[in-house]
Amino acid sequence: MKLERDAVLHIARLARIALSDEEIETFGAQLSEIIGHFDTLNAVDTEGVEPTAHTLPLRNVMVDDVSRPSLPQDEVLALAPLAEDGYLRVRAVLE
Amino acid sequence: MRAAASRVLPMTTTPIAAKYETVIGLEVHVQLLTERKMFCGCNAAYADAVPNTHVCPVCMALPGVLPVINRKAVEYTVMAALALNCEIPQFSKFDRKNYPYPDLLKGYQISQYDLPLSQGGWLEIEVEGHEPRRVGIERCHLEEDTARLTHRTDAAGESHSLIDMNRSGVPLMEIVSAPDMRSPEEAREYLVKLRQILRYIGVSKANMEEGNFRCDANISLRPAGASEYGAKVEVKNMNSFRAVYHALQHEVVRQTAELDAGHRIPQETRGWVEADGRTVSQRSKEQAHDYRYFPEPDLPPVTLAPADVDAIRARLPELPDAKMRRFEGEYGLTRYEANLLCESRARADYYEAAVAPAGAGADDASRRYAKQVANWMLGDFARLLNAAGSDIADARVAPADLHALIALIEDGTISGKIAKSVFEAMFDSGKPPATVIDELGLSQISAADEISGIVDAVIARNEKPVADYRAGKQEALKFLVGQAMRETRGRANPATLTEILKAKLDAKA
Ligand SMILES: [Zn+2]
Repeated sequence: MKLERDAVLHIARLARIALSDEEIETFGAQLSEIIGHFDTLNAVDTEGVEPTAHTLPLRNVMVDDVSRPSLPQDEVLALAPLAEDGYLRVRAVLE
Repeated sequence: MRAAASRVLPMTTTPIAAKYETVIGLEVHVQLLTERKMFCGCNAAYADAVPNTHVCPVCMALPGVLPVINRKAVEYTVMAALALNCEIPQFSKFDRKNYPYPDLLKGYQISQYDLPLSQGGWLEIEVEGHEPRRVGIERCHLEEDTARLTHRTDAAGESHSLIDMNRSGVPLMEIVSAPDMRSPEEAREYLVKLRQILRYIGVSKANMEEGNFRCDANISLRPAGASEYGAKVEVKNMNSFRAVYHALQHEVVRQTAELDAGHRIPQETRGWVEADGRTVSQRSKEQAHDYRYFPEPDLPPVTLAPADVDAIRARLPELPDAKMRRFEGEYGLTRYEANLLCESRARADYYEAAVAPAGAGADDASRRYAKQVANWMLGDFARLLNAAGSDIADARVAPADLHALIALIEDGTISGKIAKSVFEAMFDSGKPPATVIDELGLSQISAADEISGIVDAVIARNEKPVADYRAGKQEALKFLVGQAMRETRGRANPATLTEILKAKLDAKA
């Protein structure tokens, strides 16, 4: 299945990535291959197989409601490109 | 004016208001009162914390971390769902809701999409002057809160945003109502009732002003009698129940005027501007959402066997409506009294603790105590709490001491009037009534001997009034009673005192 240029641009916008024309071509082709793989999967006969959202035979992995120490603030802020007065600083987000 | 009429009376059958029917649905988010966050070990009580101090690799979304479900958050959501008469499916899962915004560190929010923890319930509301109605609950699901953003403008006029991740990952329960409300009054009542239930079961502080209870509203108008819904307007930015009520009232007026003018109402999001008392379009945010929900691969599904659900149900306390009905029957209270006493669980518990020594019963004495405790709690006690701006949970008067105070009135140790002063002192000091009465020397003098002595003294000191009384002037008696009462500093039973005084005056005539 070939992914159209518009679809590639839509995906890029959702990921907040700017693409050059060349990249649109490259990634468009790669994404088409990935999508194409689902055609292969769809060809498998799943008659009588329950649909599932998870592949592991796990259920109810939960923890008790007990808190643990968090990280020191300076360590947290050191991970951010910009910090100010104990906060992470980012470009203005319009309300 | 048509608009104003339908604003004030959207539920009535006046011909003007009946032209359009208002349809309201509410989406409420509440933070759950867990100790740790939803998917990591950070402490969830961040309210007074220094920014970015309740943060770990999981809630700041570092690569390679694994979230784990907080069991209590699941239990709390199920508790709330059961209190809202929802069904609890055996199988439930979490999903990723993808959208890029700086308050979402991962770039997605872990939420629930097609298989929430509960669905299909109802909440009964009652607007004064109308029959009780059920509002449908579509679902009650669990997700995580986002980080908090603040905005700053520097000296040069450049603005930027600041992120505090303490709130990121706090358990958030979303309760979605059906579009079943027909007026802003009903919407307000729904919120009041929902908050009351959430507080009763103790799963959330449910305080809108503190931000742990948030509400968005969907509102549309349709021609009366129509079965299809009109275009839905989503209203946001409301920070109190009052704001929700006013924003919805405003929308009814605005949409009515639009429809009357023959305009089409666009489906859009509008923000409530408190200062202006109106909503404004937020078209900038209207880009089509593409959340690309998919099952959260890091979290295995949750299954709840009927026995698990029953175990959670068994932990539900008595809910407000049931408690209210019981108070009416058991204590012989009016619906009004029962309603007020059951407003909060703390108040209802206090009431029962204060009544308890007399026991619930249909006999006169128990009923009298039950009524008197109610009178005190809704009268002087409520007034003092109000004035002090405090809650009954923090009151210094112990329930048993309120009971003891009433017993002292009943057995004549103090008069009802003095009891008021005694109670004020109890309220301030937290001391039991007997101690307060002792300290202030307020016990009622009922011994005839003691009163007799005081009366003799008063008669001896007031020759003229005594003579006047004996000459037939009734006002003189009043004066003498007043003098004697003053002598006892109000501690004598006025009836007894008057009787003794009269007897003495008449005898010597
Ligand atoms: Zn954390």
